Amino acid sequence: MSSNETILNSFRSGPDEEGAFGHFGGRFVAETLMPLILELEEAYETAKKDEEYAFELNDLAKHYAGRPSPLYFAPRLTEHFANLSTVGGGAKIYFKRDELNHTGSHKINNTLGQILLARRMGKKRIIAETGAGQHGVATATVAARFNMECVVYMGATDIERQAPNVFRMKLLGATVIPVTAGTGTLKDAMNEALRDWVANVDNTFYLIGTAAGPHPYPAMVRDFQSVIGNEVREQIMEAEGRLPDSLVACIGGGSNAIGLFHPFLDDKGVEIYGVEAAGKGVETGEHAASLNGGKPGVLHGNRTYLLQDDEGQITDAYSISAGLDYPGIGPEHSWLKEQGRVNYVAVTDNEALDAFQLCTKLEGIIPALEPAHALAFVEKLAPTLPKDHLLVMNMCGRGDKDVFAVAGYLGVEL
Amino acid sequence: MIETRIDRRFAALKNEGRAAFVSFITAGDPDLQTSLQLMKKLPEAGTDVIELGMPFSDPMADGPAIQLSSQRALNAGHTMAKTLEMVREFRKGDNETPIILMGYYNPIYVYPADKFLADALAAGVDGLIIVDLPPETDTELCLPARDVGINFIRLATPTTDEKRLPAVLKNASGFLYYVSIAGITGTATPDPHVVHKAVAAIKQSTDMPVAVGFGVKTRQQVSDIARGADGVVVGSAIVSMIADSLDGKGAATSETVERPLALVKELSGGVFDILEG
Ligand SMILES: Cc1ncc(COP(=O)(O)O)c(C=O)c1O
Repeated sequence: MSSNETILNSFRSGPDEEGAFGHFGGRFVAETLMPLILELEEAYETAKKDEEYAFELNDLAKHYAGRPSPLYFAPRLTEHFANLSTVGGGAKIYFKRDELNHTGSHKINNTLGQILLARRMGKKRIIAETGAGQHGVATATVAARFNMECVVYMGATDIERQAPNVFRMKLLGATVIPVTAGTGTLKDAMNEALRDWVANVDNTFYLIGTAAGPHPYPAMVRDFQSVIGNEVREQIMEAEGRLPDSLVACIGGGSNAIGLFHPFLDDKGVEIYGVEAAGKGVETGEHAASLNGGKPGVLHGNRTYLLQDDEGQITDAYSISAGLDYPGIGPEHSWLKEQGRVNYVAVTDNEALDAFQLCTKLEGIIPALEPAHALAFVEKLAPTLPKDHLLVMNMCGRGDKDVFAVAGYLGVEL
Repeated sequence: MIETRIDRRFAALKNEGRAAFVSFITAGDPDLQTSLQLMKKLPEAGTDVIELGMPFSDPMADGPAIQLSSQRALNAGHTMAKTLEMVREFRKGDNETPIILMGYYNPIYVYPADKFLADALAAGVDGLIIVDLPPETDTELCLPARDVGINFIRLATPTTDEKRLPAVLKNASGFLYYVSIAGITGTATPDPHVVHKAVAAIKQSTDMPVAVGFGVKTRQQVSDIARGADGVVVGSAIVSMIADSLDGKGAATSETVERPLALVKELSGGVFDILEG
C-alpha cells in the first residue's frame, strides 16, 4: 500500500518569497512590525545555513528536551479498535511520543529553535502568547535556560482553566499578563503580544507558538517541528520496514500537525488527517474548527481560514481544549486543504473526553486533551482499515495539565 | 491619480499657512445615530479632515480606548454597510471635508474588496488607511483603490528607516501618516522635537503632506507638532470623551455629542497658533 513514489509537483516547496502558500499566508502586519519580520526572516535564513546553529539546536534537542521521542506501538488500543471493527480490520496504532519531551509537549521543539535565533539577533526580552499554557511553559523554560526576560500573554479565561501551567510559568521566572480583552482566550493573547511587540521593537523577540502569524513564522515553526515527522520516517522504517499508511494529528494553530505531516507530503501513499476541535458540534457554532466551519480571511499577519461572521468580524472559538481554542489555523494547512492533500476532520468535546479516558485505561498514557482529539478520530478511522495498515498518531502532549479540568467535566471533586 | 478632496484640502491649508486638524472617531460608537450626529458637527468644531474608524473585533494596532470604542460599535450592531451609510448621510450636507476610512483589512476582504471600493467611492470616501496592509501587499487594495480614485494613505513609523521609506512612499497618495511613536494608539506621548526631525527627513523624499498621529492628547501637543507637520491627528482622546459621557449601561447621553465636540474645539485651536507666531 505504501510507496516511496514522490509527486513531481511538490507539496513541500512552499512558501514563496512573499511567504505565500498559494494565496494563503503572506505578511499582513502594521508598518512598525514590517522591518522586524524582514529582519527575522533574514536572521532565520542565515541561521538555517549555519552548521553551528544546527549543532547547538540538535544538542539541546537531545540533552535538554530528550529527543528523539519514541515511536510506540500501542497494543491494547490496536486490539480494541480491531474488536470494534465490523469488517475484521483495525490498523496497527503507533504513537509518536512527543508528550515525553521536556515540558510535556511538542512546543519545546519550536521554542528551542526560536530562542537560539533570538540570542543570535541580540534580543534580550522574549514575549509569547499562550492558550493551554504549554507554549507559555515551553517559552518560559528556554528563557530561564538562556537567562532572558520573559513575558507571557494569556487570556483570562485560559488562566482560570490552566492554573497549574500559570504557576509553572511563574516558577520559571516569567511574568504572566492576563488578557481580558475580547473573550480572554488565545486570539486575544496574540493581539496583546503583537501590541507589546509594536511598543518594544528594539529589544524584544516575539516567540510565536504555532505555525501561524506573518511570514516567516509559519515556515520557521514548521521547520522546527518537522523533527517529529523526520524521526517518524526513520523509526517506522526501523519498526516496520516501510512508511506509514496514514498520519493523524490534532490541530490548534497547526504546528504539531505540520511537523508530523510535512516530511510525508510528497509520499503519495501516505494518507494524512488533521483533526480540528468541533467543540459542542460544528453545527452548533460553538467550535474551533476553522477549516471545517470557517472561511478565508486575514488575521494575525496571514491569510488563512478563520472563524468569522458575514461582516468579517472574528468570532470566538470554543473547545474543551484550551490549546485548540483558536479561530484561525496556520496558512499552510489552508493551502493543503484546498489542494486536497490533507483531510481535515473534526471531533467534539465529548468524543475527545472519551478518548482521553480510553487511552489512559488501555495504554497507561494520560494524553493532553489536544491529542485526545486526534485519538477520538483514530477511533472512528481505525476500525474501517485493514489490519496491516500502519497508522501513526502524534501524541503531542501529556494530560497532567488537564486532569483538574477533566475531573470537573466528569463531575469529580478533587 | 486624479485630485481628491484630500489633495484640495491640504493645498488650501498650505495657502493658509497652517496644518490640518484631523479627528478620528469610530463609526457607530456608541450607536449609529449618535455617531452620525457627532460626525456631522466635527467640521464646525474645527476638524479639517475626518478619519472614520471601521470597527473590527481584533484591532491589533490600537490601545484600550479605541479597542473599547470598536467594541461599543459592534455591540450596537454596527456593520460596514452602516459605516458607508454614515458617509453618504454626511455628504448630503458637506461635500468638501475629506473622509478617510481607517481600519483593518478583513472586513474589507470579505465584503469583498472590489465591491467595497465601488461602494466607498459612491458614498463619498476619499481615502483609506488600512493598518495591516503594508507596501508588500499593494496588489490587495492599494493599487485597486488608486485606480478608482481613492487615496491609499500609508503609515510611516519610527522603524521605517531610509532603506524602507521609498517602498512606503511608492504607491502612497493623499498624504503620509507619520506614526509618532513605536507603539499602539493612545499610549505613549510623542516628543515634538523627535517628530519634527523625522517629518523633515521624510519631506526630503516626498512632496506629499505629512500628518502626525498616535498619542496626541493636549492642545499644547497639537500646537507643538503642528509647527513641524502638515497635519495633526487626534483619536483616542476624542474617543475617550465618548466613553466618559455614556450612562451606566453604556448608552449615549445628552453629553455624548457635546463633550467630544468641545474637546475638538479646544484641541483644534492648536493648529492656528503658528499663525499668531
Ligand atoms: C499538547 C498540545 N497539542 C496541541 C496544541 C495545539 O497547537 P498546534 O496545533 O500548534 O500543535 C497545543 C497548544 O497549546 C498543545 O498544548
